[in-house]
Amino acid sequence: MTQSRADPTRGLIHQTMVFEDGITLDCGVHIRPLHVAYRTYGRLNEERSNAILVCHALTGDQYVAETHPLTGKPGWWQLLVGPGRPVDTERFFVICANVLGGCMGSTGPNTEMTDETGRGLGRPWGIDFPPVTIRDMVRAQLRLIDALGIAKLFSVIGGSMGGMQVLEWASLFPTRVFSAIPIATAAYHSAQNIAFHEIGRQAIHADPNFHGGRYWEHGVVPARGLAVARMTAHITYLSEEALTRKFGRRLRTGPMLTFSNDLFEVESYLQHQGSTFVRRFDANSYLTITRAMDYFDLAAEHGGSLAEAFRNSPVRFCVVSFSSDWLFPTAMSRELVRALNAAAANVSFVEIASDKGHDAFLLDEPDLFRTVSGFLHGAAERWR
Amino acid sequence: MPESPLSNSTRSGRPLSDRLDLRLIAEMVEPGSRVLDIGCGDGTLLDILVHEREADGRGIEIDMGLVTAAVAQGLAVIHGDADSDLAFYPDQAFDYVILSRTLQATERPREVLAQMLRIGRRAIVSFPNFGHWLVRWKLLVTGCMPRTRVLDRPWYDTPNIHLCTIADFFALCEAEGYTVERWLGVDEAGRKTPWRRNRRLANLFAEQGLFLLTRNSPARSSQGR
Repeated sequence: MTQSRADPTRGLIHQTMVFEDGITLDCGVHIRPLHVAYRTYGRLNEERSNAILVCHALTGDQYVAETHPLTGKPGWWQLLVGPGRPVDTERFFVICANVLGGCMGSTGPNTEMTDETGRGLGRPWGIDFPPVTIRDMVRAQLRLIDALGIAKLFSVIGGSMGGMQVLEWASLFPTRVFSAIPIATAAYHSAQNIAFHEIGRQAIHADPNFHGGRYWEHGVVPARGLAVARMTAHITYLSEEALTRKFGRRLRTGPMLTFSNDLFEVESYLQHQGSTFVRRFDANSYLTITRAMDYFDLAAEHGGSLAEAFRNSPVRFCVVSFSSDWLFPTAMSRELVRALNAAAANVSFVEIASDKGHDAFLLDEPDLFRTVSGFLHGAAERWR
Repeated sequence: MPESPLSNSTRSGRPLSDRLDLRLIAEMVEPGSRVLDIGCGDGTLLDILVHEREADGRGIEIDMGLVTAAVAQGLAVIHGDADSDLAFYPDQAFDYVILSRTLQATERPREVLAQMLRIGRRAIVSFPNFGHWLVRWKLLVTGCMPRTRVLDRPWYDTPNIHLCTIADFFALCEAEGYTVERWLGVDEAGRKTPWRRNRRLANLFAEQGLFLLTRNSPARSSQGR
């Protein structure tokens, strides 16, 4: 078959739940079947009251708390999730699903395209994969949670785009969620954030290997375009302070400038980030998911009022932001908190002092860990 | 009813406060109430209210370190301040809104009180009494801004920008149409003091005033008494 010869994730088998009846997307398209690739950690208790759903960010996946099968690196949130960690897998049953539109086993651009009857067409969806929304991603996760027999999640936790899913969960299915921890996120994607995403998408489109999104037909991937997209995005995940601390003006190539082939350490770092990324991520997936984030505007889904999205919500919220995050700044979390207060929702809000920028939510931040673990303990006392 | 996912979890284990004024405030709150504690610090009072008075307790605190400490104790506390964040709460969202030893540090105390009685059915307010005899004496004798155990910072470094006396506060309540349901003169340690029945004596001898207020509004009179 022509099945993506150059597909970077080819050959991996992911634990997957298949829903033959498929899913109707916000755009009106019905896809069948629906594949949801997922991982679980810990054990579901008899009352099924200890399930926590972790939602991953733009380029994350379901491998939260274990060695990644493709990169061999530790799980992306292994500091937060695991035995004895704030989200303690000895107490909680932790679930994480690859998002709809992703490229690690869930239905997305790099999975086989199907017709309305669910028949495989022998080629990947590629650029023809329909646009998805954060709400579509959450609806796909709901199917998984239903299939696992969980009536009510003890908590839904996620950072960045994962936080958008958390907010969507609490708003769409308030009776299915007991508590919610949206971290370093916002109730809508800002103009600045859309702008950065657009640079990334343009870089992918400009790569001659993109071939109008049908790169698999040519046995190539738009690696350069995707790498540039990643490099741009990566800058937005850091802060000037963090860049200065990590790299300053240091040169990779020697102690001083030679004016030929000089390489600053920060350049070398970004290039490394770009080149490793293309080995694990699909360009069409990147286009699909960045678009889903751009579409996200929770207030717009509720007649322009964010408070309306949470009216009479029984969900307990813990909103977390980081002081140096300029991609999802504290002001956006505060806006969210004020809307939650206006809806008389139960909300905690912490801005954690960190110079590590947006990335802080993935890093070793003791205040984040204390906050999450304390909030979960407090919520557990009031579980019903 | 399903078992708690953390079945061996207990109350946070924080030693109960020896700040007796917090005890007096907690006693004013009816069990099972919805309570907002403004300037809740690390959540000492909230912890008492939640665990001993079965309250649905929320807090606002301006100091980030204290917010983190409170949230890490499992308390529903947000980072914010009394002057700017109360406006975002809906009317009558709480049974009690508490402002303990914080009114004098707000930018617009009158507006904060009005917001408290908009978002809550009752307001509980405590503040240092600037009419205390020692304060008066120190100002008279030294001619300098008085410093006491309660008001212990120099004038250029104090957060207390709107100090008042118990008499001043009574006057404000009258002007704003608030009913003083209960009031107490309290000493530094937060003990009730014997002259608490007499306003003039309390204004002279109490180190703090503690007030339980309601608003004289049509809504309230229609509920009957």
